[in-house]
Order: sequence, then structure tokens, then C-alpha cells
Amino acid sequence: MKAWLMACFVCLASGLLHAEEVVQFASPERAERYNTLIEELRCPKCQNQNLEDSNAGIAVDLRQQVYSMIQAGQSDEQIIDYMVARYGEFVLYRPVQKPSTAILWYGPFALLLVGALIFIGVTVNNRRKARKGV
Amino acid sequence: MKKLFFFIPLVIFLALGAVFYQQLGKDAEYMPSALIGQSVPEFQLIDLATDSVVGNEALPNEPYLMNFWATWCPSCAAEHAYLGELAEQGVTIVGIDYKDDTPAAREWLAERGNPYSLVLTDEMGHFGVDMGITGAPETFVISGEGEVLYRHQGVVNAEVWQTLKGYMQ
Repeated sequence: MKAWLMACFVCLASGLLHAEEVVQFASPERAERYNTLIEELRCPKCQNQNLEDSNAGIAVDLRQQVYSMIQAGQSDEQIIDYMVARYGEFVLYRPVQKPSTAILWYGPFALLLVGALIFIGVTVNNRRKARKGV
Repeated sequence: MKKLFFFIPLVIFLALGAVFYQQLGKDAEYMPSALIGQSVPEFQLIDLATDSVVGNEALPNEPYLMNFWATWCPSCAAEHAYLGELAEQGVTIVGIDYKDDTPAAREWLAERGNPYSLVLTDEMGHFGVDMGITGAPETFVISGEGEVLYRHQGVVNAEVWQTLKGYMQ
């Protein structure tokens, strides 16, 4: 019970941890793009936070940069390219699909397949044994 | 033959153990700059000494260090004396006064000595972002042709200098 309450509080607290300035957009569509971008871009200083959650000076600056690029009419792709050119693919929480990241994208499915094959193998084997036993 | 299968978990364990062991002691924060091999981005910044706007042509034509610092940065105070020593040894250092107050920066250099051959003020931090820095201090090794060769995040000391020196040739 205690642990469960703790977990609740931690969840609530992390919801309050957003470090955002007040930003205003002319259209809700732009506001949505802004929110998606700062959620998907990683803060280069604090390695396990996105731009949205981080209070680091550089994260504030980069949020500002995203804001002004959206206001200047730049596309999401242009903004992402801008960040990658300066901070590397490190800033992308969603890694680019290329040979060196294949294991990230497809590794889990490969493991799932291996697990499924083992499961089927064991099940079939057990059934055969059970039949023999009868 | 079948019993060999029971050793699979052990083998996996040993393999993972070997991989993790190799990673021990490595600096998890280390991040190579995205600009390695590229030219210093174009800029128009104010020269702290002359108050005039200068561009890339003001940068040295020999290998040099580009050091991002600020008066609000405690680690910059810590490395300042060592940068002075390097300057005395004849190392060219360009200082970028990052997101700082210009009068405070002038006072700081007057008080502690100026190891920089050139100080540019990046008040808004835009040049810092173009260089992909995440804070101060950060130090880049730049070739005479203006190519970014190496980036170090954090304080420069004698040990770090050994690495930087290797890139200065």
C-alpha cells in the first residue's frame, strides 16, 4: 500500500516537472507542432530528458530556437535538420533508420521471434513426451 | 548433447559480462561534436577589445583552441589559470564570451589576466548553438584552415591538454 502511494506521488510529481515558458502561437496547429518537436528532441546537456522537461540553459535556448523557427515558417524537417547538424543524431529520441541502428529497430522483434520459436519447440516436445507417457 | 543447452544462459551471461566490463570506467557523458571535420560556422560577433563587429576572417590562420567561457561559470574560473599557462607557452586561444555580461567579462579579464588572443562576445548564445555547445566551459581544437578537429566539454587541465595537443599539429 505504501509503495503504491509512493508510486502515485512520483507519477503526479513528474507531471508537474515540465519546464515551460509561456509561448503563444497564432494557430493551434503550430502550437501542436511545437509541443511535438520539443517532446521528440533530446536535451544535449541532460542526457535523459527531452527539451520539454529540461531546465538546463541550453534546453531553454533550443526551445526558443524551435519556437522562432516555427514562427518563421520553417518545416519540422528543417528544424530537425538544424538540430542534428549542430548536436548530432544524439538529439533524436527516435533514431534514424539506417544499418547501424537496425539492431535498435529490429532487435526486439528478432528476440521475440527467437523466444516464440523456443516456446513452440518446448511445447511440441512436451506434448510428444506426454503422448508417449500415455 | 542436450545437456549443452543448459549452458546457453551461462554463455550469454559471460558474453554480456564481457561487454559491460569493457564499458566500465568510460565517460558516459562524453559526446563527440557533430561538427568534427567541418568548418567553423560563419559568424558576426563583437570583438570584446575593439567593440567592432568581426567575422570568420578574424580567426587565426594557425591551429588554435576556441574556448567558450563566461563569468557566471565556476568551472571557467577553475580553468582560467591553466589557460594562462598555455598562452604563455605560445598556444593561441580564442575566447568566446558565452551568454555573458560584457562589462563583467572585461573586469574578469582585467583581474585574472587575459589568455586570449581574441575574445568575441556571444551574448545571445547563437554562435554557441551553431558550434553545438551545451554549456561552458567547452574547448575546441581548430586547424589553421578553420576545420573543427576536437571538442572537450569541461575544464581544461594538464591531463586534458595532452589530448588536445595531439590534435594541434
